[in-house]
Amino acid sequence: MPKDTGIGASTKRREDVRFLTGRGVYTDDLSLFGQAHAVMVRSTVAHGRIVSIDTSAVESMPGVLAVFTGEDFKDVGGNPAGWLINSRDGTPMREPKRPVLAHGKVRHVGDAYAAVIAESYAQAKDAAQVLSDATEIEELPAIVDMKAAAADASNRVHDEIPDNICFDWGWIEDNRAAVDAAMKAAPHVVTLELTNNRLVPNAMEPRASIGEYFPGTGDYKLTTTSQNPHLTRLLICAFVMGIPENKLQVVAPDVGGGFGSKIYHYGEEALVLAAAKRLGRPVRWTAERTESFLSDAHGRDHVTKIELGCTKEGDILAIRTETYANVGAYLSNFSTATPTFLHGTLMAGPYKVPHVYVNVKTVFTNTAPVDAYRGAGRPEATYSIERVVDKMCRELGLDPFEVRRRNLLTPDQFPYTTPVGLVYDTGNYQATLDKAVDLADVAGFEARRAESAKRGKLRGMGLSTWIEACGIAPSHLVGVLGARVGLYDAATVRVNATGTISVMTGAHSHGQGHETVFPQIVAEKLGIPASSVEIVHGDTAKIPFGMGSYGSRSLAVAGSAMDRAIDKIIAKGKKIAAHMLEAAEGDITFADGKFSVAGTDKAKTFGEIAFSAYVPHNYPLETLEPGLEETAFYDPANFTYPAGAYICEVEVDEGTGKVDVVAFTCADDFGNVMNPMIVEGQVHGGVGQGIGQAVLESTSYDENGQLLTGSYMDYAMPRADDVPFYTVDHSCSTPCTHNPLGVKGCGEAGAIGSPPAVVNAVIDALQRGGHSHVTHIDMPVSPNRVWQAMNA
Amino acid sequence: MTKVTMTVNGKSVSAEAEGRTLLVNYLREGLGLTGTHVGCDTSQCGACVVHVDGKAVKSCTVFAMDVAGSEVRTIEGMANADGSLGVVQQAFQDHHGLQCGFCTPGMVMTTAALLANNPKPTEAEVRHELEGNICRCTGYHNIVKAVLAASGQDAGAMAAE
Amino acid sequence: MHNFEFVKPSSIADAVAALAAEGAQPLSGGQTLLPTMKQRLAAPEVLVSLTGIPEMQGVCTGDGGLHIGGATPHAVVAREAASHYPALAALAGGIGDPAVRNRGTIGGSVANNDPAACYPAAVLASGVTVVTSTRKIAADDYFQGMFTTALEEGEFITSVIFRIPQAAAYVKFNQPASRFALTAVFVAKFADGVRVAVTGASNNGVFRWEEAEDALTADFSAGAIAGLTASAEDMISDLHGSAAYRANLVKVLTGRAVTAAR
Ligand SMILES: Cc1cc2nc3c(=O)[nH]c(=O)nc-3n(C[C@H](O)[C@H](O)[C@H](O)COP(=O)(O)OP(=O)(O)OC[C@H]3O[C@@H](n4cnc5c(N)ncnc54)[C@H](O)[C@@H]3O)c2cc1C
Ligand code: FES
Ligand code: FES
Repeated sequence: MPKDTGIGASTKRREDVRFLTGRGVYTDDLSLFGQAHAVMVRSTVAHGRIVSIDTSAVESMPGVLAVFTGEDFKDVGGNPAGWLINSRDGTPMREPKRPVLAHGKVRHVGDAYAAVIAESYAQAKDAAQVLSDATEIEELPAIVDMKAAAADASNRVHDEIPDNICFDWGWIEDNRAAVDAAMKAAPHVVTLELTNNRLVPNAMEPRASIGEYFPGTGDYKLTTTSQNPHLTRLLICAFVMGIPENKLQVVAPDVGGGFGSKIYHYGEEALVLAAAKRLGRPVRWTAERTESFLSDAHGRDHVTKIELGCTKEGDILAIRTETYANVGAYLSNFSTATPTFLHGTLMAGPYKVPHVYVNVKTVFTNTAPVDAYRGAGRPEATYSIERVVDKMCRELGLDPFEVRRRNLLTPDQFPYTTPVGLVYDTGNYQATLDKAVDLADVAGFEARRAESAKRGKLRGMGLSTWIEACGIAPSHLVGVLGARVGLYDAATVRVNATGTISVMTGAHSHGQGHETVFPQIVAEKLGIPASSVEIVHGDTAKIPFGMGSYGSRSLAVAGSAMDRAIDKIIAKGKKIAAHMLEAAEGDITFADGKFSVAGTDKAKTFGEIAFSAYVPHNYPLETLEPGLEETAFYDPANFTYPAGAYICEVEVDEGTGKVDVVAFTCADDFGNVMNPMIVEGQVHGGVGQGIGQAVLESTSYDENGQLLTGSYMDYAMPRADDVPFYTVDHSCSTPCTHNPLGVKGCGEAGAIGSPPAVVNAVIDALQRGGHSHVTHIDMPVSPNRVWQAMNA
Repeated sequence: MTKVTMTVNGKSVSAEAEGRTLLVNYLREGLGLTGTHVGCDTSQCGACVVHVDGKAVKSCTVFAMDVAGSEVRTIEGMANADGSLGVVQQAFQDHHGLQCGFCTPGMVMTTAALLANNPKPTEAEVRHELEGNICRCTGYHNIVKAVLAASGQDAGAMAAE
Repeated sequence: MHNFEFVKPSSIADAVAALAAEGAQPLSGGQTLLPTMKQRLAAPEVLVSLTGIPEMQGVCTGDGGLHIGGATPHAVVAREAASHYPALAALAGGIGDPAVRNRGTIGGSVANNDPAACYPAAVLASGVTVVTSTRKIAADDYFQGMFTTALEEGEFITSVIFRIPQAAAYVKFNQPASRFALTAVFVAKFADGVRVAVTGASNNGVFRWEEAEDALTADFSAGAIAGLTASAEDMISDLHGSAAYRANLVKVLTGRAVTAAR
């Protein structure tokens, strides 16, 4: 019997009611008295020197209130990268300044170099066009191709960085010689060159920000589309604008999806604050979708050569990779961590592979900044590994399921220290593989293939067994590795006098359903109805602190903080109960919402204790403060390691090259599951994006650095008819060993595990269909590419 | 600026508009009905879908003046008279057909129009009819289920779970 | 978007007068024109909405075939042409999405002559007569390369008259992002011969594949074109498909259309 409340219940989402009735409040829905509108003026060339910007051309246009250019911000700080990476030779990465508005040079199409503020949006837009026309930019040759950029020291994205390389990172450098030797000695070596295609995150709500300034107090307020308002506040205050942190409130109201792209601080946020101060009025900015394409941080964009050494029986002996990772024109906040510690550390996959070495060269180009996008580094690692393992099977004539079974770590091997620096705490990779094989009816594949063939379609099946690392931590370790922030989270649990509860959490919900799930946990632990628990998030003025939501960390980290705070509430409640019940504190037990004296029927309900804490007439005031509110900060002991097995079936139309994903099965281990409905929804969404990456989505710049896929006319978003119903299971659970809830995180799994399953299935279909020369096709496996591969 | 009058969610309303004022801006800024969203500038995402004289229309791709005098229905007008969720809305909640909620108003409006024309659509028909509504969160699985459920069909069985 | 004056006449005569104004441009469903104006690629001074003119609405049979009012939305064609000309109705039902089909019109589509649009293929393959505010134009004279037609300044399409073939089919292969035709083929079999019109493929816009027409006129079966190859010479080559790929699609889709024709 599935539960209908508390932990493990598929409780329906309370937030849905406002979204379904049009009463959600997203940033752009707010309208403030006296507001003015900002429009950014963006570069139309990829690389150029700003010669002049004639602001007088617009200053007297109707409605124009102010014009900002890079000059206005040249003396404030830059938007920093959050992670310092050292190159193999020990030198620190090159960190160019990322200004609020481009100054001196523009470095990608869409790089904002000015902003116009006007009474109405239309007026600002008209003026921005005129200002664009009144700007002289001396165009320089665009640097688009990573390898060419790294090879040519004469043409530089940043004048001070000679070879356009940010860093050349080796992981683990000390293992390099041993890996080389193992590779040399391996009976068989498989080599694969592949591209992990650049993606545009495309949260459906475009970025938007509203700045306010209150001259009476000197306070600022920023309402913005953010996944982590505290981080945004920290970056604006400590690095960019020098505002004291206690003078800036950052609010992220309802946010329409993020997928990584709204983790980062962007220049527009600083701009609206500066403009609000100058004008003494609220200033708002909302991106058009075209601007989102040009200026949101993109994802992926790796070019990788991976080699795998193995025995003829398919035992993996060594893996070595060389990757060029595009960071675009500037370092976005997580851009240096993504291709390194979120990628290189996962390069052993779920396998017992003794030798692994990863090399990543990160390159500046005249393209939009690239940063973490759903999965962030881990999809790139998984794709490389699972594609090369598949290729190994083909080269050696081995069964891909058997080869996985041979190489997967076994349950008795945990905790397991990988050769790339992680300690997997627990897992059962055989179980998820068996489950997937069962659910996908692998045994029935031949019959389905024959049926597809009757309809003239080539059918193929692809497998991927994947692992990821979520909830990046612990702080002391990531500190050693170069992180410039801590990676804990915080929660305050406030029990009100009447027994209702407000939880202030550092996690931020932009679709994940925290408002429903977090109360399920509180209700279960305190034995009270979930309806009396309210989640407060997304406002730096209300929440103690928080690192926001990304990297599947909400429950594992912020949820654990909340769990700890609840424990503190219970502990204090016991003290109060002991006093009221005239018993020893050690004799008080708490269960089902009641504090009882063990072995007696003397008890106080949770509500009575709460009331007493706020109306402390009968209360141990000498030893205990009144009130019932606790805060906990939680810094995890380790990453969490969700893992799973995905099986994809495709049909390929030989005449057109079109790939249809016809079945997709996921067997995941997320540890304990708080709300299965929401977990499954997260997997669906991730798989949808993974199929998008594999089959449809391509971000293409031409040699002049113009974005060819800058709208939905050319950037193929997955639509309802591009995907099938998915089969999703999370029953093979091994609870995380080191956080109190035993949860691992499920937000990114789908996007991590699915792309290689799709591509493996396509190659399988082509091979079975007689196109045996096709051993690899880069993503997206578009009709054109598949047809060309077949007919090469 | 001229006054443009139409009927929105059963009430006669009017607000100032220029020639270039889009219906979506008329609704959001003129009437404060911010449930209708804007997700793109190329008429592709469907976040802005409303009904004009009973038909699904992208409110970002029609001028307010061009539909003056029409009957317009938005997400704010989809609940039952007593304020409870309408059939389509309820199905979306029951089947977790939304996550961030940004695409949701357009999805609900497109679904309502679809079911008015085709009360018992097949899965393939649902997917085809939702072609103009992009959702980045759900992978569509639960949206398609919600639409099938709203049509009174056994969505769980159709999704073969 | 630049501002403009908006007028909505209720008769063809009034529309003719309104369109005589300096900088005036017709507006039908706006499903092409509005996105274009948002990008500031079009900046009319006066927009003349053609959607309030009853004479330009609807589908009926009449002299010379099936008459479709210039301002008839795709959704109406999909519904009302189904019993008369199923291939045409199916084409209309496959344009864009429901919301686009509720607003977008045949006149707007045929006037715009987007190289990836659907209607131009039906128009060319059916040997249509395009009726405008001033004259009648045969399909073969109407299309003059991408986004270019025989229409003159101030002239607008009031209706389109389709000859109804014995059998026909439209097979569209979607461009994965826009869902317009990456390449699509309309095959129509008339007593006096077969017409094959291709959209989405050529740098010169919609065109007739005459070799295939000859082969299919002799033998209306997919096998009849097996030996032909469509030339990739003037084909579009872009992100979504090379010229050679499009040439392949022309042949593959023509074969499928022949098989599907009824
Ligand atoms: C999301 C989306 C998907 C689409 N998918 C497809 C598709 O798959 N296939 C396809 O073919 N099309 C597609 N379209 C285009 C759609 O069919 C348009 O409706 C059509 O191209 C233009 O018709 P309209 O009535 O909207 O014209 P408008 O946008 O109003 O006008 C287009 C142009 O024609 C002129 N014009 C309008 N009416 C007339 C007239 N009667 N006489 C002379 N000139 C006139 C206008 O001045 C303008 O220059 C899509 C559009 C969108 C937004
Ligand atoms: S806002 Fe995207 S279609 Fe209207
Ligand atoms: S629910 Fe977020 S875009 Fe659909």
